[in-house]
Amino acid sequence: MDTLVSRYSQPAHLHESHSPEDYQELGQSVPPLSLKFALPPVANPAAFLRAHTDDHANPDCPIKLAHGTTTLAFKFKDGIIVATDSRATQGDWIASQTVKKVIEINNCLLGTMAGGAADCQYWLGYLGMQCRLHELRHKRRISVAAASKMLANLVYSYKGMGLSMGTMCAGVTKEEGPALYYIDSDGTRLAGNLFCVGSGQTFAYGVLDAEWRYDLSAEEALELGSRSILAATHRDAFSGGFINLYHVKEEGWVKHGFSDTNPIFWKTKLEKGEFSNVTSKLV
Amino acid sequence: MANPMSIIGKNAVAIACDLRLGLQALTVSNDFPKIFQYGPDVFLGLTGLATDVQTVSDLFRYKVNLYRLREERDISPQTMANLVSTSLYEKRFGPFFVNPVVAGINRTTGEPFICGFDSIGCIDFAKDFIVSGTSADQLFGTCEALWQPDLEAEDLFETISQALLSAVDRDALAGWGAHVYIVEKDKVTKRLLKGRQD
Repeated sequence: MDTLVSRYSQPAHLHESHSPEDYQELGQSVPPLSLKFALPPVANPAAFLRAHTDDHANPDCPIKLAHGTTTLAFKFKDGIIVATDSRATQGDWIASQTVKKVIEINNCLLGTMAGGAADCQYWLGYLGMQCRLHELRHKRRISVAAASKMLANLVYSYKGMGLSMGTMCAGVTKEEGPALYYIDSDGTRLAGNLFCVGSGQTFAYGVLDAEWRYDLSAEEALELGSRSILAATHRDAFSGGFINLYHVKEEGWVKHGFSDTNPIFWKTKLEKGEFSNVTSKLV
Repeated sequence: MANPMSIIGKNAVAIACDLRLGLQALTVSNDFPKIFQYGPDVFLGLTGLATDVQTVSDLFRYKVNLYRLREERDISPQTMANLVSTSLYEKRFGPFFVNPVVAGINRTTGEPFICGFDSIGCIDFAKDFIVSGTSADQLFGTCEALWQPDLEAEDLFETISQALLSAVDRDALAGWGAHVYIVEKDKVTKRLLKGRQD
């Protein structure tokens, strides 16, 4: 560990803002990983992979990857709320109900996963490693903007090869304050106040757009995040399981549980009178 | 779209279905029963295309009503099975997209009876259980594990309920509550299961 630290240690930067050289170095320090993966030995690997693994391009594709999700994140006065469901499906089969779709990159940065489970798990893990190396090289934590751009550039270099991911990076840094970015495998990278990603995104947006205000209290914001995911798990067949809730604050993120939707649903229905579309008695 | 199943017990049968109606990932309704009654102790479960579930259930109501008027008696589950089979085969080259299940007790012999069909009327007789629908694979697993011969009515209810709920919890396209019918001689009990709503 010490050798690693000394190898990457450099004098701390004198100025706080990011200089152009800083970004230059950032770009160069990421090794060209694209050469390390074996590609199928055919004329057009991208088209081959799409035909065999992309559910949308070809519903009968022989290799089914784990898919389906609802994730959301939004800013408010006390930071950022990040919430996800926990279901992974392969076709109609529910492969798991206990997936951790929030990836803890470091104690101030969170990533969410939607789309290909393996793609998200691997590349967000890789991003975590790069963020730690950045920290050792520069003696300060990476900005959310830089971290998200590293991921965006990386997935862009694989564009058309069948990577499938819709992720959000949420974090709080001194320079940026609370920052939230959406990155997907098309190479899109957007900064924003509120995002929902995944097959259940429309249902989550429905609740979130109706109730969101910037001056929500922390308690209200957590409840809203949880309620939006609950709505999505109810209507979207490919979302469900448990609600994973995080609050990103200035001091770092705080986890607010991994709770089963079933008791939460019946409590919401029977105590608050919501979800009146569901029958609870025989008539 | 989701699944009915039925199992046999000692002098009793059980038939159950989930309540989801969906368009692919979108859950449209959570109150769409797929079990229909055609006599004091004859039941038909229908899975498949929702419009055909409604059309076929109405068609059999019409046919069974005419049978009752002509014969002046209720239809037996065996006769119902043959009626379903021939009616489906009439549409051999443009079938209804349904996979029916028949369950009931024969009034004259007192014997429980269950059977299933493919969409063009091939009958599958069974002495233990019949499953159908999107979670058929999962249901075969749970039924093979939980079913045993000569279950009494209450155990039959427990068995079919656990088998159905466990199976639909592993299927993204089924669930959202369930109906269970326990059919004994001269007695039918209908119950609602409050399943997971995700």
